[in-house]
Amino acid sequence: MSKKTHNIIVRVALLLVLVLVACLISSCGQKKEEPAATEAPKAEDVITLKIAHIGPLTGPAAVYGNATSNGGQIAADEINAAGGKYRIEYKTYDDTHDAEIALNCYNKAMDDGAQMIVGTTTTSPCIAVSAQAAKDRTFMLTPSASSTEVTKDKDNMYQICFTDPAQGTASAEYIAQNGLPTKVAVIYNNADAYSTGIYQTFVDKAKELNLEVVSETTFQDNTKDFTVQVNDAKAAGAELVFLPIYYGPASMILQTAAQIDYKPVWFGVDGMDGILDIEGFDKSLAEGVLLLTPFSADAKDEKTQNFVATYQKNYNAIPNQFAADAYDAVYALVAAAEKAGITSDMKAADCCDKLIAAMQEIKVEGVTGTMSWSANGEVTKTPTAVVIKDGKYVGFNN
Amino acid sequence: MKAKKKKLIYNSVTFGLVIAAFLICQLLLSTGGMSRSFRGQLIPICCWIVMAVSLNLVVGISGELSLGHAGFMSIGAFTGIIVSGWMQRAFQMEDPVLRLVLAMVIGAVLAGIAGALIGIPVLRLKGDYLAIVTLAFGEIIRNLIDCLYVSVDGQSLRFGFLNNKLPGDLLMNGPNGAVSVQTIATFTAGFVLVIIALIIVLNLTNSRSGRAIQAIRDARIAAESVGINVTKYRMMAFVTSAMLAGAAGALYGLNFSTLVAAKFRFDQSINVLVFVVLGGIGNTMGSMIAATALTILPETLRDFGQYRMLAYAVVLILVMLATNNPLARAFFGRIFAPVKALFRRKKPAEPDLKGGDAK
Repeated sequence: MSKKTHNIIVRVALLLVLVLVACLISSCGQKKEEPAATEAPKAEDVITLKIAHIGPLTGPAAVYGNATSNGGQIAADEINAAGGKYRIEYKTYDDTHDAEIALNCYNKAMDDGAQMIVGTTTTSPCIAVSAQAAKDRTFMLTPSASSTEVTKDKDNMYQICFTDPAQGTASAEYIAQNGLPTKVAVIYNNADAYSTGIYQTFVDKAKELNLEVVSETTFQDNTKDFTVQVNDAKAAGAELVFLPIYYGPASMILQTAAQIDYKPVWFGVDGMDGILDIEGFDKSLAEGVLLLTPFSADAKDEKTQNFVATYQKNYNAIPNQFAADAYDAVYALVAAAEKAGITSDMKAADCCDKLIAAMQEIKVEGVTGTMSWSANGEVTKTPTAVVIKDGKYVGFNN
Repeated sequence: MKAKKKKLIYNSVTFGLVIAAFLICQLLLSTGGMSRSFRGQLIPICCWIVMAVSLNLVVGISGELSLGHAGFMSIGAFTGIIVSGWMQRAFQMEDPVLRLVLAMVIGAVLAGIAGALIGIPVLRLKGDYLAIVTLAFGEIIRNLIDCLYVSVDGQSLRFGFLNNKLPGDLLMNGPNGAVSVQTIATFTAGFVLVIIALIIVLNLTNSRSGRAIQAIRDARIAAESVGINVTKYRMMAFVTSAMLAGAAGALYGLNFSTLVAAKFRFDQSINVLVFVVLGGIGNTMGSMIAATALTILPETLRDFGQYRMLAYAVVLILVMLATNNPLARAFFGRIFAPVKALFRRKKPAEPDLKGGDAK
């Protein structure tokens, strides 16, 4: 290595160090500002709840983690600004959609003195963390981890979202009861717990309701070409294609179908939510796509409209269902904390049993519907079908 | 003589480091001086150390490039989980230590068999084929496990492929991965595994076979010409490495209540390779230190918020620059000089008659 290149490398390295130090200082600076802002209206009976949010801010599932992080933050800001009895300290820990890191996050949150957890956003990390939290007695409320495994055998674990089986069953029922075509094709991701979970219950329920499943095809993560799956559905004469998958592959399926001029009714689940936010995606392809989701961003009620407006202002995007779930999760936790009489100085283990009892009694009206919880941690609320019209989600039945 | 002595010192420092680290951790654990965050990382660190040490055997000592090391870990992990769950549910074997040992041994054996199956055809080839095949192997294993359903029905295990309608308790649930795993891994078990891995790897490296393996790495034709069975010795290194990865996987799998095959993606193999490269290829102690440091680092960088992984990358680059910079090397050399002198003083000034001694 010549001396000159060597010098350059040393300088670049020094520059990077400087940047790092700058980042550190700026992040420290931010931290100091937060308590100052919340401490301002200090009254003696103000109760501070320390809520830790665990979700993937980076990695393959970052879309969901960022949505839940933002949604929860909005709820926390609103509660703090309203100046009521409660102040929320809401901090997100990045788990990169990995069980090992998620447990690290959980431990770090406990080190930081968190009283309750909103999370984790994705299923597999959630199962790992909730098992540990059940041992430690820490209360958890996940906005979006939808597998039944998440709540199985754990009394400390509650869900805001529907479980996967509930979505599969509800979708089949919806198709059967609303006069939609009964010749159905299913395309699902057989390497994905969420997709497989919905598929399995959907097919069982479809059989029961005399829906004719004429084509079942699979794909895996990172699949880029869906010609085989779409052609199979077309050749089998399916008039409705059920897509229990995330919006990324769904957008590619819609593109493939448009190329071969195949126009069935498309029916998705909550993972489809977000398809309109994909950069470079031709929104007209999604015209007429039906999806079953508890949240639609264009709902007319005041709560939803306020939430959507704030979200757009702060993050410059339309909130999806994950953001709405996290928003509701924070409000649900505060409602439960009020019922349980949680105070600032309680430890996580002291809160847990009280919150569990309170959770089964409360009824929360959120942006994803009116929710109540059963003892096994699963939520009760009604899903609504939305249809995409002119590049927007519109209620299907109204 | 000198080379032997140097090896002895290197080995004792390596073992000493591990034992000292274990004792310090135990002390901190018993006095409660360790944060939860760090306590939770102890067992994964042990697993990643064994992964790095075993991959170093292939990459550093045997000189092959393996890109599917996470695949072997995956086999070990899921085998371990199935064995442990089966023993507990079907045979009421409640003793966690016994189950853990059994899981690790069977995990190691199965991973070893997979290693042998791949090695038999591939290690006869020359060039980069091992890298390509191991890369594919890791992906194949992951895809197969995503379709695998296993349940315990009475005393027997039932397997289903893409078929989730199995009688009994599900141990493996397709893409949901292993579910309801009883976490029986302990830090002591991790420590024992690291020591065993070190004994195996260091002894193999310093044995007659180890010298044959290194001879093949350095000059394959010359080694063949003196009658060394090239395939046999390459197999020896490769299968040993796979077995250790399998054992580490079993320990890792039994540390979490759930495990999905996606954890052992290609990038996980690369991650382990990063440990090996950063620690210095062929340097067992270096692999160990790098694995530990790079597992802890992302967690300690949490205060950087969203710049965390950027900071991680910058640290990696800085370490690579620093270890290759003559100035920095001289600086570290000066720091460690007293330590080296300490060892040197013990022996009488031995006239270096032999001159060009191997390092």
